[in-house]
Amino acid sequence: MDSLRYKVAIVGAAETTDLGVVPDMSAQQLAIDAAINAMADCGIGKDRIDGIASTVSPAHLAHYMGIVPRWVDNTSVGGTSFLIQVRHAAAAIASGLCETALVTMGQSGRSRVGEGAGGSGGGATGGRRDGSYPGQFESIYGPVGPASLFGMGVLRYMKETGTTHEQLASVPVAQRRWSSRVPRAMMRDLITVDDVLDSRMICYPFHLFECCLVTDGGGALILTSAERAADFPTKPVYILGTGESVETPIVSQMYDLTTSAAFRASSRDAFAEARISHSDVDHLMVYDAFAHLPIYGLEDLGFVGRGEAGAYIEEGNTSPGGKLPMNTNGGGLSYTHTGMYGMFAMQESVRQVRGEAAHQVPDVQVSFCQGVGGMFMAAASLIFTNQPP
Amino acid sequence: MTAEPYRKPIPVPTPETQPYWDKAREHELWIQRCLACAHIFFYPRRHCPQCLSENLEWFKASGRGTLYSYVINHRPAPGFEDEAPYAIAIVQMEEGPRMMTNIVGIENTPENLVLDMALEVTFDDVLPDVTIPKWKPAEA
Repeated sequence: MDSLRYKVAIVGAAETTDLGVVPDMSAQQLAIDAAINAMADCGIGKDRIDGIASTVSPAHLAHYMGIVPRWVDNTSVGGTSFLIQVRHAAAAIASGLCETALVTMGQSGRSRVGEGAGGSGGGATGGRRDGSYPGQFESIYGPVGPASLFGMGVLRYMKETGTTHEQLASVPVAQRRWSSRVPRAMMRDLITVDDVLDSRMICYPFHLFECCLVTDGGGALILTSAERAADFPTKPVYILGTGESVETPIVSQMYDLTTSAAFRASSRDAFAEARISHSDVDHLMVYDAFAHLPIYGLEDLGFVGRGEAGAYIEEGNTSPGGKLPMNTNGGGLSYTHTGMYGMFAMQESVRQVRGEAAHQVPDVQVSFCQGVGGMFMAAASLIFTNQPP
Repeated sequence: MTAEPYRKPIPVPTPETQPYWDKAREHELWIQRCLACAHIFFYPRRHCPQCLSENLEWFKASGRGTLYSYVINHRPAPGFEDEAPYAIAIVQMEEGPRMMTNIVGIENTPENLVLDMALEVTFDDVLPDVTIPKWKPAEA
């Protein structure tokens, strides 16, 4: 397989102008707003865009913007879809299918303007008859959305590894230390482990502060070849490594509920393609819909050994000043979470690699971004760098 | 059967899952074994997930298992309002596969629900034509 290493760079990156509660914009409007901001970020007009990827229909976006693209992608496997679309866009650019690709998204997760009535993810609808596998073998037992499904394996993980409730609670504590200096973050007040454990129980073992926010917003990225990146005014963020995988649409049927097979597969490929080791990573984003995901991520990506992640976070290693800064925007737990958070994880990776993050980590050269889709249904990994080939 | 209309989600069998639901109505838990590679699996399928053989057989499971993991949901799904907070659990069947379930016959608290406790299957006739397997603490 021909490697994507150093073939493609992100040259434009932006989030929606407003973030958090945006009651006057639909999901599509948010995706357009982000796209226009990303084009402005890198100083191009729409005529340069010849590839479009989104979980919103590319036809809707293309026609709205008056673009007739030569490449589209509509991969939709939950919140990691945008990382996968970046990988696909990079492959398309590297193989000449298009020159300049736009990956954009918007979600009215909180205000639900132009969205369906239901929340994202699996769950029950009263009296509804359902012949899907989740409908036959999960919904009948009363899950309602990701909060009641994503953590199915957490107690098992805790028993097998000795991880404590306090260590699980230390995840949002660490991330608030980051978001406390991020003006656009929805939650910025520092919190303690006791604050987390005293917050309302949502779905044991998850308290409120161990569950992600529900917000409105969007983001967009513009990619082009590493050669053409020199023509843009922005500092190129090169794609060094990529990976993607899927495991199961039914979380109860994961091969092992204490580890994500898709995390392991996608990160293994990304590290191999990038030809770097874990010690080369200066900054890490792990999609944190719930507090256990950074714990699974640290272990499944190989940054720490089995059962070590809870203590690693509790001891401050991922906090400001720690050796592996993680989720430095505050994450889905404190920054924003529109339902499909992956775009926002990438945006923070790009900001850190460019050196323009609100809570900047000193001297970031390599950022690793890990996405999850559905409830451990899908995963993708991207490794970014500012170092020229 | 409750007098009130059943408001919880209702499973609709598909051809490959029909035997599972038919046996549930007879208060038996049946799962599948691959005759090509001996793999035992759940959920029901037309092909073995290990070797993709179609040479499968249904058999009656022991109905014995252990509590593998669970959550206790404090925000009930439609139809579950009277039960909240209630556990959504995964049982490790003696034969190897795992399945989602509710735990009945015991108050659903972290103190009562101890991982690896012994469970046994039971059956909830929720509609005249629908029975849902559930699990309860095993009788000593």
